[in-house]
Amino acid sequence: MSDTTTEPRATPEPEAAIPPGYDDGQDHIGLAHHTTTGLSNTKLAMWLFLGSECLLFGGLISTYMLYRNRQGDAIGPDQLWDIPFTSATSFILLMSSLTMVLAVSAAKRKDERGTRLWLTVTALLGGLFLAGQVYEFTVFYREGLGYTTSLFSSSFYTLTGFHGVHVAVGIIMLLSLVGMLAKGRIVGDKAETVEMVGLYWHFVDVVWIVIFTLVYLIPA
Amino acid sequence: MAIIERPTDSPALAGAGAAVVTPSSSYGYFRRPVQSSGWKSWVFTVDHKKIGIMYGVVAMVFFFIGGFEALLIRAQLAQADGTILSADKYNQMFTMHATTMVFLFVMPMAAAFANYMMPLQIGARDVAFPRLNALSLWTFVFGGIFINTSWFLGGAADGGWFMYAPNSSVPFSPTNGVDFWTLGLLMTGVASQVGAVNLIVTALNMRAPGMTLMRMPIFTWMALVVQFLLLFAIPIITVALFLLLFQRNFDATFFSVADGADPLLWQHLFWLFGHPEVYILVLPAFGIISEVLPTFSRKPLFGYPFVVFSGAAIGLVGFGVWAHHMFAAGLGPISVAVFSVATMAIAVPTGVKIINWTLTMWGGKLWFSTAMLFAVGLIVQFTIGGLSGVTHAVAPSDTQQTDTYYIVAHFHYVIFGGAVLGLFSGIYYWWPKVFGKMLNETWGRWNFWLMIIGMNLTFGPMHIIGLQGQPRRMYVWTENRAGEGFFNLGFWNLVSSVGAFLLGLGALLFLVNVWVSRKNPPAPADPWDARSLEWITTSPPKEHNFDRIPTVHALDEFFHRKYEDVGEDGQHDYKQVRTGEQVIENEEANAEAHIHLPSPSYWPIILSFGLLVICYGVIYSTLLVAAGAAIAILALFGWALEPPTADDSEFEPPSSDGGQPSKELAHV
Repeated sequence: MSDTTTEPRATPEPEAAIPPGYDDGQDHIGLAHHTTTGLSNTKLAMWLFLGSECLLFGGLISTYMLYRNRQGDAIGPDQLWDIPFTSATSFILLMSSLTMVLAVSAAKRKDERGTRLWLTVTALLGGLFLAGQVYEFTVFYREGLGYTTSLFSSSFYTLTGFHGVHVAVGIIMLLSLVGMLAKGRIVGDKAETVEMVGLYWHFVDVVWIVIFTLVYLIPA
Repeated sequence: MAIIERPTDSPALAGAGAAVVTPSSSYGYFRRPVQSSGWKSWVFTVDHKKIGIMYGVVAMVFFFIGGFEALLIRAQLAQADGTILSADKYNQMFTMHATTMVFLFVMPMAAAFANYMMPLQIGARDVAFPRLNALSLWTFVFGGIFINTSWFLGGAADGGWFMYAPNSSVPFSPTNGVDFWTLGLLMTGVASQVGAVNLIVTALNMRAPGMTLMRMPIFTWMALVVQFLLLFAIPIITVALFLLLFQRNFDATFFSVADGADPLLWQHLFWLFGHPEVYILVLPAFGIISEVLPTFSRKPLFGYPFVVFSGAAIGLVGFGVWAHHMFAAGLGPISVAVFSVATMAIAVPTGVKIINWTLTMWGGKLWFSTAMLFAVGLIVQFTIGGLSGVTHAVAPSDTQQTDTYYIVAHFHYVIFGGAVLGLFSGIYYWWPKVFGKMLNETWGRWNFWLMIIGMNLTFGPMHIIGLQGQPRRMYVWTENRAGEGFFNLGFWNLVSSVGAFLLGLGALLFLVNVWVSRKNPPAPADPWDARSLEWITTSPPKEHNFDRIPTVHALDEFFHRKYEDVGEDGQHDYKQVRTGEQVIENEEANAEAHIHLPSPSYWPIILSFGLLVICYGVIYSTLLVAAGAAIAILALFGWALEPPTADDSEFEPPSSDGGQPSKELAHV
């Protein structure tokens, strides 16, 4: 076996410590560790996931934009939209992003109570938005806009429905997070876990801004 | 899975088995699997190597199922007015042949290589998210089984792998086949999507010290590009699949032309996914042969940065050429012109690669092992397919060729001649790495030559058949339109069918080879005099991959540890200064004392199973959907509540002297 002193490149390190900049291959969420990019694995993964979500909503929004005026003789967007009402629910959803920021900031200050409080408020605001969406759908349905009524109705309900499901999943994550924080069952870095849910939540809000503009504000 | 303890003071023991400390089964919130052998150690594993092997085995099973379907198709077409398959069965057969080969063989086989090799090639002990990796595997396996059960539940999908809507809506395809197809592809889509996120994070974040991006082995680079393609292409087909699912099951109107729907909507969504998919299939094979060719030419890869950036360019431009699948749909002259030019442009980076491979071999000391034969086979066959591809980029010519066998000839030369030959090259190249045994080279040669002759006999005549005008997807052809002399359809169809059975025989020889080689003696640690990082460890690699995480100083790190440049006056002349075994021994002698690996988990397979139950439920019963959702939600919470890696304090060290287990970690 060759003597290590003659080895020109590989300099052996007798100490077995994990070298800096190296991740030891565990999917430890938020444990103190180093990665090649310096960004934690979970955060990088969340950004990648959100990147692909853009394409998902891109496809759904394109479908809606293609069909937004194709309702034949059936009821169309101009007869349906209640802009003041939807603006109000949109405002509520946007405010939930603010409370989410407050939750993340509290988590970074290790303010457990504040974190739980603001997460709960965020979930409540999200719930209010969802309630508004359900109410809106009910009104539209009564006015004659069923899921199968027209191309416009199918694509409208599918797009806003997908967004609604994303909000609902977000609410479940927020409430689970509150429960797990209360019981001390969060695995790894608490502040980062809160931040991850926050990234998702902000993304869902941003998508709604796009949907609200394209679907409701631009006249058909 | 375990904490591995090594002696810190006696390097002489290195290489001998290290003590493995398994955790007690009750740490975390729920009990966890602890088995390190038997079927449970495979089903609940999070080890990227075991997951890679399972990906490969399952993909191989689907390869033979898809091949069987292909043989039925060729048997039907061997002579005029074939009677082996009915029109309906024929439709199902070509749909499922393509679906199986694309989604259940080539993609997961590439995933098998990426899973197994990427962490080894970048010097990591596992992927970034081992449990997500297991989720990818099981979701793919269940999705593949789900699609194939449709054969026994009223008939498989019959709309072609592109499943054009509205042709795939209920009035035209009343069985559940299309629903099985839609839901099954949603499942394999979840698998690909999760895998993409996982492997991108792995490649970007978990590299060994010194492993800069431009020192990454080329296979890892190509796999990384593919994961980005998956990340952005899968959500698009997800949208299309959901629209089709809602159309068929909830009477949505997306594809109801009578209501004013645009029949091009599906085509655009599908091909926006479908064309990047082509590169998803072929780039991993490009990566594999870019490892194989330098090794067996005894030269570095010619123009490594060109190969990297042309791969990335293919990935990027691949998103801008989808409409060339729709030239016959009437898009208008501007669209056709733009996509025509873009398609010609994408041939440039592909041509760059072919030049690089050729120049890698130029002046090299060629060693024609089976792996090398497959790699060279890829260059030749893929070039033929690429050239016929450029003829499709010319829109007027494409209009003539659309829906004829000429197209079938083209894409089999690129998918079989490109992707499949490359994957086989990888199997032969890395078999000793993965299983610690060589495959038999004589059987390997038979395997290669029968496959290469078989594929040319099968797909070569399709150029002629197609230019003569025989349409695709027709379950019979008739004698009275078959033509005369050299261009007689009957003759070439027969040649093609005979070739297909020869190809099938060649593929079977691979299984024979595996059987024949099962008792081969252990392979040398470095049988090919290889160049990249995955060889700086034993074969098969230990559970923790590397005794010491290698520090990387150069591209082709393993080569540079074996060879030294003794050339003078700017001339390079590499002399071997130590063998691969010595390099590995040196690593073992400096083994790390304390290695902490991720722990196995029940939840990934349970979550995948929940998704499977949901999919059956969507077709058969709402109750089943609820049951599946309950399983999935339970699994999600179980997952979230369990730590990915057991804490040190939760391990019970083996008490060999019968003493009380202590909290201290074992020392050998």
